Amino acid sequence: MPDALLPRRPSFPGWTGDLTRVPFWVYSDEALMKVEQDQVFQGPVWNFLCLESEIANPGDWRTTFVGQMPVVVARGDDGSIAAFENRCAHRGALICLDNAGSGAKDFQCVYHSWRYDLRGNLRSVAFQRGVKGKGGMPPGFRVEEHSPRQLRVTILNGLVFGTLSDNTPAIEDFIGPDVLARFERVLGGRKIEIIGRFVEVLPNNWKLYAENARDSYHASLLHLFFATFKLNRLSQGGGLVVSPNGGCSVSETIAPTELDDNSYAGMRSVDDGYRLEDLRLMDVVDEHPDRVRHQIVTVFPNFVLQKTQNAMALRFFTPKAVDRTNLEWIYFGYADDTPEMRKRRLRHLNLGGPAGFVSMEDGCVGGFVERGIATAGNESAIVEMGGDSIASQPTRATEASVRGFWSLWRQVTGL
Amino acid sequence: MSALLRVAGLNAAYAATIDADRLEAWPDFFVDDCLYKITSAENHKRGYSAGIVYADSRAMLRDRVTALRTANIYERQSYRHIVSLPVLGATGADSIAAETPFLVARIMRDGRTDLFASGVYVDRIHDEPEGLRFQERIVVCDSSHFDTLLAIPL
Repeated sequence: MPDALLPRRPSFPGWTGDLTRVPFWVYSDEALMKVEQDQVFQGPVWNFLCLESEIANPGDWRTTFVGQMPVVVARGDDGSIAAFENRCAHRGALICLDNAGSGAKDFQCVYHSWRYDLRGNLRSVAFQRGVKGKGGMPPGFRVEEHSPRQLRVTILNGLVFGTLSDNTPAIEDFIGPDVLARFERVLGGRKIEIIGRFVEVLPNNWKLYAENARDSYHASLLHLFFATFKLNRLSQGGGLVVSPNGGCSVSETIAPTELDDNSYAGMRSVDDGYRLEDLRLMDVVDEHPDRVRHQIVTVFPNFVLQKTQNAMALRFFTPKAVDRTNLEWIYFGYADDTPEMRKRRLRHLNLGGPAGFVSMEDGCVGGFVERGIATAGNESAIVEMGGDSIASQPTRATEASVRGFWSLWRQVTGL
Repeated sequence: MSALLRVAGLNAAYAATIDADRLEAWPDFFVDDCLYKITSAENHKRGYSAGIVYADSRAMLRDRVTALRTANIYERQSYRHIVSLPVLGATGADSIAAETPFLVARIMRDGRTDLFASGVYVDRIHDEPEGLRFQERIVVCDSSHFDTLLAIPL
């Protein structure tokens, strides 16, 4: 093949500083999307695929995305879970055309009826031997040599993750012991039940949301609702944990002990006169042996596990264009919730999601950045709160986990 | 006046109240012990109980208006509701069931107008001497996708 036809690695403006300066071109460079698909999403990371309970029985399946790659996750006859690219080996058409299904014995591409087993292995080709001795595939064609790409799958506390790289460490090592403990806190030993599923279409690059989810500094400054009701002031107890690889994190807030708090004096978000009429939005029942009221866990590159009061949600987000990202919210409860607890979760969920009292701003703020940096590709963001390290810190007035994200991103992209 | 016209009038007044930014009057369309939920057709079909907005009292609706006015940050925007005629269901001595399709255009401060939501209001309406009020209004959006954020109620 002539060199001109080979894909060439695009050249980028470069990242000259350290992790405290993030060049703005990373949010707007079209060519970077391809590099991120290959190096990040298909690289040595764990991508959230679905809940184990969504595909509880053999023949159950779901479709999702690994970055921009369409993927099928299915439970096989032996009860094991497999994931593979949703792309027919023949002409590349989607194999599964819906969000989910059940009772499948196999999958058949609608275009030319090529048939796959539940693990994504090509099993048969229509008219492989031709018709009446004419046509068909050459005798040397072997179906077992042609399948869409298959993912390695792992399960963590009922959540299914997949990777396309042989070099991805076990998920427990990838997220590290501190993040693992927070998964265990919310999900360990519990049967979970989905109670809602919505998609928020973000007008920004996916990494702006990845940063936002890790950014404990903004929470009580952008989200006035938190501060006013003392849900999440930086002066409350809590802290930030960053995984050894930098890419995963925990932000925690402990229930307030002092009623009066002047650390926000002079800022926009001071309004001590603001009170709710219906206090059931705040009637928290502690479900774990601690006083943590708000916990955000992130896993590189695009997964979030959230528990705020008694509301629980998974979030994952995938790029649709350089400046458009689908943020999927999966609301859940425990299968053994009492009716009262379930109602409480429904009320507390008003804090999250596309219309959430403390999350709606996250839907628009990435777009504010995207529009603000329209001509600033050669300029940089300042990410220096809490210094330049990516170490865990006993405060949330830090951007350590944002720097951690970039540390791992730079490692896997080589940029 | 026929029940059909009365419900159509209620819907028209409801839409006008939101579109004219008279949000403080919006909770008055509901009884005290109401349920207002915004969900999607797929969530509704699967029986998922959560909404992106879930208010099971009129006080919670007032809280949402207060939050929108004083706490939440979002770019200036407005809606235009186009509400079709209701299809009436079972009617009791003091209640009416109705389903009413709607379209909502969202107008942003930079001048952009988009179709923001389409769907159907699934309502149980309390018929009281002072007029009609919603016991339950489930806003079932046709799509589960919401662009950027939902601030103003549907």
